[in-house]
Amino acid sequence: MENLGYLAVLLAFLLSAYAVAAALAGKLRRNPFLEVSAQRAVLGAWLMTTAASAILLHAILTDNFSFNYVASRSNADLGLLYKVAAWWGGQEGSLLFWSWIAASYTFVSVYTGRKLHRNMISYVVVTMAATQAFFLGLVAFEANPFQVIMSGPQITSVPDGSGLNPLLQHPMMAIHPPMLYLGYVGFTVPFAFALASLITRQPGERWIHTTRIWTMVTWLFQSIGILLGARWAYVVLGWGGYWGWDPVENASLLPWLTGTAFLHSVMMQEKKGMMKAWNIILISATFFLCIFGTMMTRGGLVSSVHAFAQSEIGTYFVWFLVGGIGITAYLIASRRDYLRSEAELDSVVSRESSFLFNNVILLASCFAVLWGTLFPVLSEYFIGDKITVGAPFFNKVNVPIGLFLLFLTGVGPLFAWRRTSLESLRRNFQWPALAAAVCAIALFAAGMRHLYALVCFSLCAFVTLTVLMEFYRGGRVIQRKQSLALPAALVELTRRNTRRYGGYLVHMAIVLMFVGFAGAAFNRVHQEEMTVGDSIEVGAYSFKLQNISESDSPNFFRAVAAIDVSKGGEFLQTLMPERRFYHASSQPTSRVDVRSRLREDVYVVYAGQSNDGANPVIQVYLNPLVNWIWLGALLLVFGTLVALVPNKARRSATPVRAAELGGQPVGASGD
Amino acid sequence: MKSSERDVKKQQKFVLIIAAIVVTLAWMAVGGVQESATYYVTLDELLAMENPGTKRIRVGGDVADGSIVRHASSVEFSLHQQDETMADPTVLEVVYTGADPLPDTFRDKAQALCDGYLRADGKFEATKIQAKCASKYEAAPGDDAAPVYGAETQSPAD
Repeated sequence: MENLGYLAVLLAFLLSAYAVAAALAGKLRRNPFLEVSAQRAVLGAWLMTTAASAILLHAILTDNFSFNYVASRSNADLGLLYKVAAWWGGQEGSLLFWSWIAASYTFVSVYTGRKLHRNMISYVVVTMAATQAFFLGLVAFEANPFQVIMSGPQITSVPDGSGLNPLLQHPMMAIHPPMLYLGYVGFTVPFAFALASLITRQPGERWIHTTRIWTMVTWLFQSIGILLGARWAYVVLGWGGYWGWDPVENASLLPWLTGTAFLHSVMMQEKKGMMKAWNIILISATFFLCIFGTMMTRGGLVSSVHAFAQSEIGTYFVWFLVGGIGITAYLIASRRDYLRSEAELDSVVSRESSFLFNNVILLASCFAVLWGTLFPVLSEYFIGDKITVGAPFFNKVNVPIGLFLLFLTGVGPLFAWRRTSLESLRRNFQWPALAAAVCAIALFAAGMRHLYALVCFSLCAFVTLTVLMEFYRGGRVIQRKQSLALPAALVELTRRNTRRYGGYLVHMAIVLMFVGFAGAAFNRVHQEEMTVGDSIEVGAYSFKLQNISESDSPNFFRAVAAIDVSKGGEFLQTLMPERRFYHASSQPTSRVDVRSRLREDVYVVYAGQSNDGANPVIQVYLNPLVNWIWLGALLLVFGTLVALVPNKARRSATPVRAAELGGQPVGASGD
Repeated sequence: MKSSERDVKKQQKFVLIIAAIVVTLAWMAVGGVQESATYYVTLDELLAMENPGTKRIRVGGDVADGSIVRHASSVEFSLHQQDETMADPTVLEVVYTGADPLPDTFRDKAQALCDGYLRADGKFEATKIQAKCASKYEAAPGDDAAPVYGAETQSPAD
């Protein structure tokens, strides 16, 4: 079995390499047979990686602990879901998983795009198959998941495996890595299309459309992956927070930031033929940041709580990056004429410039995060001391960036292309500005003195109103023309221009998340050694430790603390945080319990024993508004899905007159 | 002529705004670095350091077997560092005074990262400790290098 699995990996590697060579040769020698055979090889590589994955998964599910990988990542008593998760629970398996996703993307993007992009699809194959071959090469030659511990007739039984890391035994953890991988790997597709269009000097917008769709799909996966990771950190790690600026978290954020910048600035190219070179650079940067992030977290470049261990594969990534960036830079430099901008910026107060600032600020954030993450490496190289920077650095830079972005979220979509008149500024912004002012004054009067939080809540009010007004104005026009009820008119409006109104929904999602982020300014934490019967007061709540019960199961031993929560003398709920001790990995963990409401979360952790080992230590976190982040996450997914739906064809051919709507064409194909 | 003058003015505006943004952020970044810069050293480097008492330090090493002593408000233990070339390990006495309970993975022989400073008496006073359990997962090299979900310790909460 292990030999078959390894054979499949080798074949997949060879087929991918062949696809690169055949597609390139077919294109250069104008041999369509070679091009088609490259596409067949792509299909073959996908089948082979699928077979290899199936064999590994089979070994995990049947508890075949003669596989080194299965023995170190799974154990017999592990639940089914987590056995599947063990597939990507370690280096070797996750690289195979990665390769499988890459092969699937290549297969799907090539077979859906080969008719529409006949004259550039072979270059798409080259880029994608090369990336896939790189990862398959790592699996085949450096991180083989099909190694067996021992074999031979004298072996009659193998001991149980040492189990999946208990912190990963959470449903969130079964979805989070695949989502993030779909994001990381997926950025290869828009990159491959952008590069192919550059190589072949594609005219027109068809390739931009394809690239944009793929970027949106990938961006969605990446967003879900990041947010699930944050959610998992919040409900599993038990430190009351969701984001710690750890290098591995940062690595997932970097391509997200450049990808977000690309999604915005590519509109400039679509509508105005501007920023072409910039867009190619952005999508390339996104792709290489994905690879770089992988290298950073696996190659031991920076140490993280996620990955103390170092491995040898970092060098290969360096070569891949150097080669890839070199080729991309050469292609961009040699095709400058193709990338020349067709228009210039007209005014500071215009849609174009709001996109420009959006890009500047997103890249500044990306750069700051990268800089902070690599600070130990850079400082060691330049001044000889290894210096790390922590959360204060990242927050200090990124909080103002975030607020400025939030501001742009409100004003950007309402600025007109080219330049915006004072009259339209007044019409579009007087009510939102008033709402922001009222919000700030009300909160200040209510006693809020935290500057950033005040600014953030006011901006949230501002953006919310701009978005609502956009929906309302557009909806009213349709309501009048087609005599529909307003809700139906709003649905109709959205369906006519899904990208624009889906985009607004995503902007609203960002607003909800910022409300949640700002809530963190008012977090409270309290920690106390408690004996059964003790009570503590935190904020408006009181907590009473009722009892501690212990029980055992094949997978883990646990101690559960029952804590009664009450407010103003009124009993609310019994929270049951627990400590678990996993037998297979002999590792203890905490399981938090949360009373979650829109207003605030009451988050209780059975953190461990006191330093002298006598009493349980209970931590209580009050986290206001944190739920708004997860609500925002749901809306973000919904909004992006709306934006991915094709526009509904309009009944009347004449677009709604722009003048009716404050200079904004509604239902036109603009964003 | 006139339009090119306008172009120059317009360009200057953009350059000024972007420069203002970049300078502000750079200024914030410098402040952030000063606030949170921590020297990341090995045990040997720490003992060879000049004026270590004035710096925020993160030091890594292995928790010496059997050295953990728990008191009511603090925990004492020793960090070891040793490689093949050394006859005796380098040793550092650590006093943990932080408020958080120690991470689950903090045990004998675990790899630990301690944040704090070196006291005048030569002991290291740690306010934050991250630990990775070494015993079970050490077998596979490259272990736990999978991104994002491989956390073996508590996240770096502040």
